Amino acid sequence: MKTQFVYLAAAALFILSIKWMSQVRSSRRGNWAGSLAMLLAVAGTLAYTGVTTTSLGWVAGAIALGAVIGIPMAVFMPMTAVPQRTALSHAFGGLAAGLVGTAEYLQYAPHINHFAMGALATEMLLGYLTFTGSMLAFGKLQEIIPTQPIIYPLRNIISIATLLVAIGSGVFLTMHPENATVMWVLMGASLLFGILLVLPIGGADMPTVIAILNSYAGLSASAMGFVMNNKLLIIAGALDGSSGLILSILMCKAMNRSFANVLFAGVGQTIVKAQTGPAKSVKAYTVEDAVSMLDGARMVIIVPGYGLAVAQAQHAVKELAAVLHQRGTEVKYAIHPVAGRMPGHMNVLLAEADVPYDDLLELEHVNPLFPEADMAIVLGANDVVNPAARHDKSSPIYGMPILDVDKARSVMVVKRSMNPGFAGVDNELFYLDNTMMVFGDAKKVVMEMVADFKRIAA
Amino acid sequence: MHEISSADIIENLFVFVLASFLGLELIRGVSRLLHTPLMSLTNAISSIAIVGSLLLVTAHGMDRTTTLLGAAAICCSAINAIGGFMITERILKMFKRKGGAA
Repeated sequence: MKTQFVYLAAAALFILSIKWMSQVRSSRRGNWAGSLAMLLAVAGTLAYTGVTTTSLGWVAGAIALGAVIGIPMAVFMPMTAVPQRTALSHAFGGLAAGLVGTAEYLQYAPHINHFAMGALATEMLLGYLTFTGSMLAFGKLQEIIPTQPIIYPLRNIISIATLLVAIGSGVFLTMHPENATVMWVLMGASLLFGILLVLPIGGADMPTVIAILNSYAGLSASAMGFVMNNKLLIIAGALDGSSGLILSILMCKAMNRSFANVLFAGVGQTIVKAQTGPAKSVKAYTVEDAVSMLDGARMVIIVPGYGLAVAQAQHAVKELAAVLHQRGTEVKYAIHPVAGRMPGHMNVLLAEADVPYDDLLELEHVNPLFPEADMAIVLGANDVVNPAARHDKSSPIYGMPILDVDKARSVMVVKRSMNPGFAGVDNELFYLDNTMMVFGDAKKVVMEMVADFKRIAA
Repeated sequence: MHEISSADIIENLFVFVLASFLGLELIRGVSRLLHTPLMSLTNAISSIAIVGSLLLVTAHGMDRTTTLLGAAAICCSAINAIGGFMITERILKMFKRKGGAA
């Protein structure tokens, strides 16, 4: 009974925690409320349930090991690795749910009623598929595994068949909880499905996939709540589940694609051939050209993309902005919702470089500003600035809301090479009259620009 | 095993559905600026699954296998809980307004 009151308080704090997270001003309070709730829930569980001394040893050991692994990961991890860490934590969440499911089954079968077994099967399915799916996402983000979609014949049929086997064995177990073999089939099929789900996903679709896995990790915790008849688990899991759902819907909208398209289309595996016709040429410029163009500019909008994260150029960009600011140029940043590898990735990266968040503008707010901008500087972004999305019905990215950089008086694109972006589409922007291409590593180019400005000033 | 009745399932479904709708409303209100820390916060919150594994390990008469699997689950959730709130704090600390105020 006492435990239930503690759980009630924890549930209320979790809800407040997310409410406070809505704004920067109250967000840290939100994080503290969440931490307090977790502490209460753990302490309440240990204090009011009959803990034996032997089990206490296991509990203390496991929590200590978790702290030894978790604390260094949180303290020393570079900010550019946030997407990987997030994927890894979804994997841990899924694995925990899956393991508890298996353990409960092994402990109590065949004395499990149908209702409990149904919830248990759901918990295992969600937990194990989240585990392997997130491990694979981690591998891709860490670039241990190739980031391109991995495509093989009949992949959609194989994936769906695997999912059907997992669901089928879950349903069978619910009817016949005593059949242990089917439990192992359920476990195996769920683990396999997680892998098959993420294999055909390319790097730029990661924001959506991470959000979906976030949702599954929450739902698996909720399913555990159904198994254990524990409402705190159900509530906390549901909050996480709905968060992942909303984020994945937002990511899909930002790409004008459906869930099914993200999961099954394998976009990015083929390079769309550039249109036939007269060979188009780009105008390559030097850093000096770019600097002279920027001289006297009133407003400059910087458009960061994943390339900025790869080049670790966020601090260099901040320096360039400071130099421009000194010369009387207003500098804004245009943030596309799917820029980077997870929702909000660019915001975190720029915040790390001390860029004030009032200068980070969302798509709807920044697009009206481009016609007034003297220059848009595109750093490591590609598909999100391709004007073809507005008018070329044959383009795979047609209909995707883009940043209208081409409407700026001039556009500077910093890029390593002419390789097409993730979607494999040639970018019209590069061939426009007002576009200047500067080839090179984003960080190096930006640093050279800063040095050049300083030389002029001296 | 906790005996679960159909009444329990219905009651829990009510809780689940209401919490989900509440979650959807709350999350919709979160600024896009904070989507990364939001994800790390909700992930830390979902490590509440640690309560489930604690209940499993501390119950009487558990097999060695159950204890081992449960302890592994506690460890996974502890990594997420401790690391998750800490990393969220680290990310949030970086967000500054013009002039340096948070």
